[in-house]
Amino acid sequence: MLDAKIPAGTLDEKWTEYKGHCKLVNPANKRKLEVIVVGTGLAGASAAASLGELGYKVKAFCFQDSPRRAHSIAAQGGINAAKNYQNDGDSVFRLFYDTIKGGDYRAREANVHRLAEVSANIIDQCVAQGVPFAREYGGLLSNRSFGGTQVQRTFYAAGQTGQQLLIGAYQALERQVALGNVKMYSRHEMHEIVKIDGKARGIIARDLVTGKLERHFGHAVLLCSGGYGNVFYLSTNAMGSNVTAAWKAHKKGAAFANPCFTQIHPTCIPVSGDHQSKLTLMSESLRNDGRIWVPKQKGDNRKANEIPEEERDYYLERRYPAFGNLVPRDVASRAAKERCDEGYGVGTSKQAVYLDFSAAIIRYGKIEASKEGKDNASQEEIIAMGKEVVKEKYGNLFDMYEKITGENPYEVPMRIYPAVHYTMGGLWVDYELQTSVPGLYALGEANFSDHGANRLGASALMQGLADGYFVIPYTLGNNLADEIYAKAVETSHPAFEEAEKEVADRIHQLMNIKGKQSVESFHKRLGKIIWDKCGMARNEQGLKQAIAEVQALKKEFWSDVRIPGEIEEMNPELDKAIRVADFIELGELMCIDALNRNESCGGHFREEYQTPDGEALRDDANYMYVAAWEYAGESKWNLHKEPLNYEVIKPTQRNYK
Amino acid sequence: MEHYNMNLNLKVWRQKNCKSKGEFKLYRVENISSEMSFLEMFDVLNEQLIRDGDDPITFDHDCREGICGACSMYINGKPHGPWQANTTCQLHMRAFNDGDTIVVEPWRADAFPVIKDLMVDRSAFDRIIQAGGYISVNTGNAVDGNAIPIPKDDADASFAAAMCIGCGACVAACKNSSAMLFLSAKVSHLALLPQGAPERKSRVMNMVAQMDKEGFGSCTNTGACEATCPKEISITNIARLNKEYLGAGFTSDK
Repeated sequence: MLDAKIPAGTLDEKWTEYKGHCKLVNPANKRKLEVIVVGTGLAGASAAASLGELGYKVKAFCFQDSPRRAHSIAAQGGINAAKNYQNDGDSVFRLFYDTIKGGDYRAREANVHRLAEVSANIIDQCVAQGVPFAREYGGLLSNRSFGGTQVQRTFYAAGQTGQQLLIGAYQALERQVALGNVKMYSRHEMHEIVKIDGKARGIIARDLVTGKLERHFGHAVLLCSGGYGNVFYLSTNAMGSNVTAAWKAHKKGAAFANPCFTQIHPTCIPVSGDHQSKLTLMSESLRNDGRIWVPKQKGDNRKANEIPEEERDYYLERRYPAFGNLVPRDVASRAAKERCDEGYGVGTSKQAVYLDFSAAIIRYGKIEASKEGKDNASQEEIIAMGKEVVKEKYGNLFDMYEKITGENPYEVPMRIYPAVHYTMGGLWVDYELQTSVPGLYALGEANFSDHGANRLGASALMQGLADGYFVIPYTLGNNLADEIYAKAVETSHPAFEEAEKEVADRIHQLMNIKGKQSVESFHKRLGKIIWDKCGMARNEQGLKQAIAEVQALKKEFWSDVRIPGEIEEMNPELDKAIRVADFIELGELMCIDALNRNESCGGHFREEYQTPDGEALRDDANYMYVAAWEYAGESKWNLHKEPLNYEVIKPTQRNYK
Repeated sequence: MEHYNMNLNLKVWRQKNCKSKGEFKLYRVENISSEMSFLEMFDVLNEQLIRDGDDPITFDHDCREGICGACSMYINGKPHGPWQANTTCQLHMRAFNDGDTIVVEPWRADAFPVIKDLMVDRSAFDRIIQAGGYISVNTGNAVDGNAIPIPKDDADASFAAAMCIGCGACVAACKNSSAMLFLSAKVSHLALLPQGAPERKSRVMNMVAQMDKEGFGSCTNTGACEATCPKEISITNIARLNKEYLGAGFTSDK
């Protein structure tokens, strides 16, 4: 059933060949073709802007009050690109190789190679838009290191890279809005895909201010709606991030791939209590200079500063001398969990490890002292100068940490713990980013294609923009070239009527439950089930339990949820209820997928499958495939396997030692 | 950090929609941890209201880490509350004491009509950007990123302006509801970079015209915007905006 449509030819020629031979749509015909874009983060905004520039009639939708607020904005550390400006041996091949290896050999070679190829164009495009990347004194772009790589290929704008890139894409989008090429629908949420003769031909959206349902036609629909990390309730995702658009597409026939591949980020601020509504990331870039440790003694209750150097266990440097604190995220997260589970955790909850900058402060202080010729600088002077350097690099992150925890990280080490951050799984797409429903595409985090079982840092921004700026303008044209005779369908068409009725019925059903428990309470319970049993470590028994618990929770939700207010008004509780209902269904599929995959790889760690020293143990003979799930009715899915053929890279046990 | 619990009285603005008249309502919340964020305290209140069969309070929020710019509460007479350089979502309850009464209102400005309770419509900001807050470069037009070296100080100054999160606190703080700090941040971001030079004059003229059309007030250099800005956008940007505007006015061919 699933054909990835990977072009013929050698790996490094595929994309060039494709572009050289794909079908084109002439400018006059583009004006007649309508495209719907759902979501306006990096993928959606860049796609909507680029397609508007090409002349398509674009409608873009976001649930936020402005496209500028999409959650891409919160990405901190940076964006990778194979520019090799540092002359340190980077290349398209190396970025491709690092991404495949970082993903634990569960991503498609052709897609990842294309991603590496276009990465350099992204930087150029963003600079041209006025994205103020960090620069050196010579005026040229600066780079830094990130986890899972040994070259410096990460471009950044302090700790706000996502914000700056999104504002670049947002401005490009607003320019197209001004030119009339894109019509923007803010505070709208997509609730259904409309299919006519097997093709996606539009959506049913809900205006969140009036609560009214709307019908919108499109010759193609692009879902750029982000990931589903909020299934865990607590995650670093924004409160509104949700799976609804992707899930509706799934239930209308789009296969959902590798849902169990979720990324737990190693450096987040630990949970402080039951009231917690979300978790906050501390950028991976901090691992460039921060050293991670726990006390060597179990249950050590001394303050960090009172524990002498020789009684500290820098466990990442000990276990992985080659990469040290810069091992990939999945490895770093598991290692932190292992230490805490063994009783070495710190802080009141004991579910935290230290991220310590004191060594970096002294190292930088000495460099500054030497620059200024102060050979006899006292320890205090050195520390003061070092703090200034650290402040310049990470000031905003340190401030954020202090606001949340009330502790000053320049004086005491940060306490960190892993948290849900990104989802590698998503809608299955072919090489053209088309889902298994013709005319329906998925871009950015919403699709599954490029990161395998684990994403490397600074690669999400790269993928979102690659898909939107440089991939979809070609692949969409290739398909829409066959649609130039297809007239826009009136939204009075029965397919629209039926889809709208389905949505309206579901909303009425939800409102009429009039139960006793709040939406939030269900979401919290769902999150706990998934985090405990389908989180950083999974096992067969736990997953089976989780499936039963999620099914029971679903029943309870549909019989006892309380949604206040009316349908036709601004009603955030209703919006949330619709999202949580979909998260519950997705949670079940995640557990089924995790149970099916009898191996450990990347972010998916099955306790039954590990090497003697606790590393993930893959089973390439049986599981080197993409698990694409087809919806087949309530709690029923059919598994389709897309085999992964590695033509260039030879999969090996990942080794960061 | 020592933590403590507190009981609080809240005086919150309730308004059903943009057409109805609003009013303050009193609420009491108990056992609020000093470790909670201000919005988490509102989550507790809303759960309480839902349990009691009341309508929960509507407010904008999303990332809850101070970067998306969605949250927008006017707390005890200050946009985003008592802390400096801070957003509502990053305000934590240790800023308050047991027994405090906290007054919470929406942003108040003609150009930001109330949608419901504490939620306002800030789409005027998007329209100001549409008027010229961009560099006209289509995808694929770009030259190599290092082709134009930009002095580090210029890039840093541009970045400092580009950090604006578009929350609207500057407008809410201003007695004239002026959007000059927001506008000047965008004009500065782009005017400080060589890429922004070709459209420099038309950009500032068009954006100012749109700002006036949206019904924002004039700037009287009081500086309340700078004092309240969560990202510490400097008021010198307004000086730069005025210079850009005057320069464009005198020299523009149009």
